Amino acid sequence: MKQHFQPMLPVVLLGLWLLLNDSLAWHQWLIGAALALAIPKLANTLRPLPARPRRLVVAIGLVWHVLLDVIRSNIAVGRIILGTVRQQPQVGFLKIPLDMRTPHGLAVLSIIITATPGTVWAGHDQDSNELTLHVLDLQDEEVWLRTIKERYERPLMEIFG
Amino acid sequence: MTPAELPLWAALPASLLLVTGGLLALLGSIGLLRFNNFYARIHAPTLANTLGAGCVLLASMLISSVNAGRPVIHEILITLFLVLTSPVTTMLLMRAAMFRRATGRDHKGTEAPPPAPETDRP
Amino acid sequence: MNGILDWAMHFALACFATGMVCAALRLLRGPSAQDRILALDTLYINGMLSILCLGIGVGAAIYFDIALLIALFGFVGSTAMAKFLLRGEVIEP
Repeated sequence: MKQHFQPMLPVVLLGLWLLLNDSLAWHQWLIGAALALAIPKLANTLRPLPARPRRLVVAIGLVWHVLLDVIRSNIAVGRIILGTVRQQPQVGFLKIPLDMRTPHGLAVLSIIITATPGTVWAGHDQDSNELTLHVLDLQDEEVWLRTIKERYERPLMEIFG
Repeated sequence: MTPAELPLWAALPASLLLVTGGLLALLGSIGLLRFNNFYARIHAPTLANTLGAGCVLLASMLISSVNAGRPVIHEILITLFLVLTSPVTTMLLMRAAMFRRATGRDHKGTEAPPPAPETDRP
Repeated sequence: MNGILDWAMHFALACFATGMVCAALRLLRGPSAQDRILALDTLYINGMLSILCLGIGVGAAIYFDIALLIALFGFVGSTAMAKFLLRGEVIEP
């Protein structure tokens, strides 16, 4: 199956190469372009399912929300560690049914959830499409469910389709 | 080890970022030592991985940009790398802990085990 | 004027060093294998951050490469050990 050319991955790779060398000299552009064209071709055989992200505005909004949530939950977890809430936190597992099926969306969702302090992605059942979430201080299950469904899953479904 | 003369408008936010990052990393490590349960401990180092590292990297970017007189932003690479990789380690450790609890290999298990659900090993 | 930046740098370095001591204590105390891996990962992150902090003080670009390499090795090491706990081998056929 012939795929038409996707410019996004080579452009990102070229940008990363220029950042890594911290220079804009012409030979760096040349090497970077060669690598950026060669690496996607080689990597294609490893993971043949290409992602097609759309809706840049939604993605920027999602990044902004995640940044805010990371800062907020950093403060919350810091308070728990200092023991101002209670001596030991009440850990607990939580099952959340998902609507999203696309593997790229699930991968990004797992990274968002785990990178936010206080929650860790603990597993995903492929048949029932159910996510197991581990929460550091389980107080209100409804809040976590709503946060993940509305704040993260809906924009991800829009982005990855 | 004194840095070159910096203007105050750059030194102040950079100092604030450095202090914040240091405190967050310290908090994460204290949490690692303080909690009595592995499932609670796994949440603690995320503090240092996300906002702590982010603060220090931002301060480093700010200072080296002002020193060099041009934007030096290659610290973004470390930020990107940490954001992409530290969740992978955490998730793998979580699943390893659940797997070891479920199969009873965790002889020196942690206190007060929560009911672990079934893992979804392929 | 730069006294405040100098002070902040030393404060952050002290924080990272204390954090590394905490992680090392957890590494020695255990009790389970995954605790030790988590502690090692924290140790790596704290070490990387203190290298970056030193790099700010010295002002040499080489510290950035060292920090990147430490982050890389820390990820590979922790992931390999976590995978070993999970599956009993690291690289599967």
